[in-house]
Amino acid sequence: MNNNETVTEKLAVNENWCKGCGICVKFCPKNVLIVENEKVKIVDIEKCIQCGLCELRCPDYAIYVRGK
Amino acid sequence: MPSAIVSEYFRTNKLPQIWCPGCGHGIITRAITVAIDKLGLDRDKICIVSGIGCSSRAPGYMDFDTLHTTHGRALAFATGIKMANPDLKVIVITGDGDATAIGGNHLIHACRRNIDITAIIYNNNIYGMTGGQYSPTTPKFDKGTTAPYGNVDKAFDIPALAAAAGATYVGRSTAYHTQLLISLIENGIKNEGFSLIEAISVCPTYYGRKNKKGSAVEMLEWQKNHAVNIAAASKMAPESLDGKFLIGEFKNSPEPEYTKEYQKIIDMFKKE
Repeated sequence: MNNNETVTEKLAVNENWCKGCGICVKFCPKNVLIVENEKVKIVDIEKCIQCGLCELRCPDYAIYVRGK
Repeated sequence: MPSAIVSEYFRTNKLPQIWCPGCGHGIITRAITVAIDKLGLDRDKICIVSGIGCSSRAPGYMDFDTLHTTHGRALAFATGIKMANPDLKVIVITGDGDATAIGGNHLIHACRRNIDITAIIYNNNIYGMTGGQYSPTTPKFDKGTTAPYGNVDKAFDIPALAAAAGATYVGRSTAYHTQLLISLIENGIKNEGFSLIEAISVCPTYYGRKNKKGSAVEMLEWQKNHAVNIAAASKMAPESLDGKFLIGEFKNSPEPEYTKEYQKIIDMFKKE
C-alpha cells in the first residue's frame, strides 16, 4: 500500500497519505519542500536541517525526519 | 514505513485519516501520542474515549484501548471507566460542540468532581461533520450555515469555564503551537485530577471558508500571529493585547481526586 514513498537519508514522504495542504512547505525554515500536483515534493534535500517542524505539523503523517 | 511514533501508536491500516486537507485535528492527535510517549506510560493502562464529531474520529486511528461513544457523553462514559478501573489513565477527545453544547453539563460536573481524566477539546469553532453550523465557540459575528448573517451569541472561553467549574489543570494551545500543546497534554495527564486542554484547531473547509479565513496555512499563520503566551502577556501593555488571545498553562492547582475520595468512603465501612 505504501509504494508511493520517497525516502532520502534525512526525510521520508508518503505520497499516498499526503493531501497537499502545504503546511509543511510553509513552515519549513529552509525551503526544502514544494507542493506539486497536490502532493509534497522534496526539492532541495541538501538544505534540510532535520528540525522536524514538517513532521510536527503534518496533519496526515505523510512526512517525517529519518534517523532521529 | 511511517515514522516511529506513527508506527508505534497509530492503527496504520486505517490511515490516511478521513479529515479534510489541512484540518488541524491530525496535528493535535499526533501531539497526544507524542505526549503519551514522552511520559512512558503503559499503553495497556490507557483508555481513550471520544464523543461524536470530527474530533471524535481520532481514537479510531489510535492504537490504544479506545471507545467511540454518543454525542456529548464522552465524559460520562469516561467517568464510568475511571470509577470501575481507578488505575487507568483515561483520556477524553472531544470537540467544541460535543464538549460545551451537547455535553456542557457533563463537562462542568466532571470539572467540579476533579475526577482524574484528561480532556482534550479540539476547538475548530464550528460543527464540521454536520456541515458548518455555529457552535458555542464560534466567535461573535462570525458566520456558520445556521448563522448566515453572523452569529449573535458570545463564545465560551473554555479554559475560564473549566477553571471556574473546578478543573485542577487548565491550558490552551493551538495546532500551530504544537510543542506547547504536547507539554500541556503531558502535564495534564500527570495531574491527578480533572485536566482540560483546549487545542485550537483549524477548519479550512467550513469555518475558514464561511468566514474568508483563507487556506489552512493562512489559518495557522493567524494562530502564530495572534496567540500570546500567558507568561509573556503579564509583562505586556494591555493595549498590545488587543485582538490577541492567550495560550499556555492557565491553572495548575492539585486538589483531592474523586476516585480516591470515593474509596475513602468505601474503606470507612470495611473497618471492623
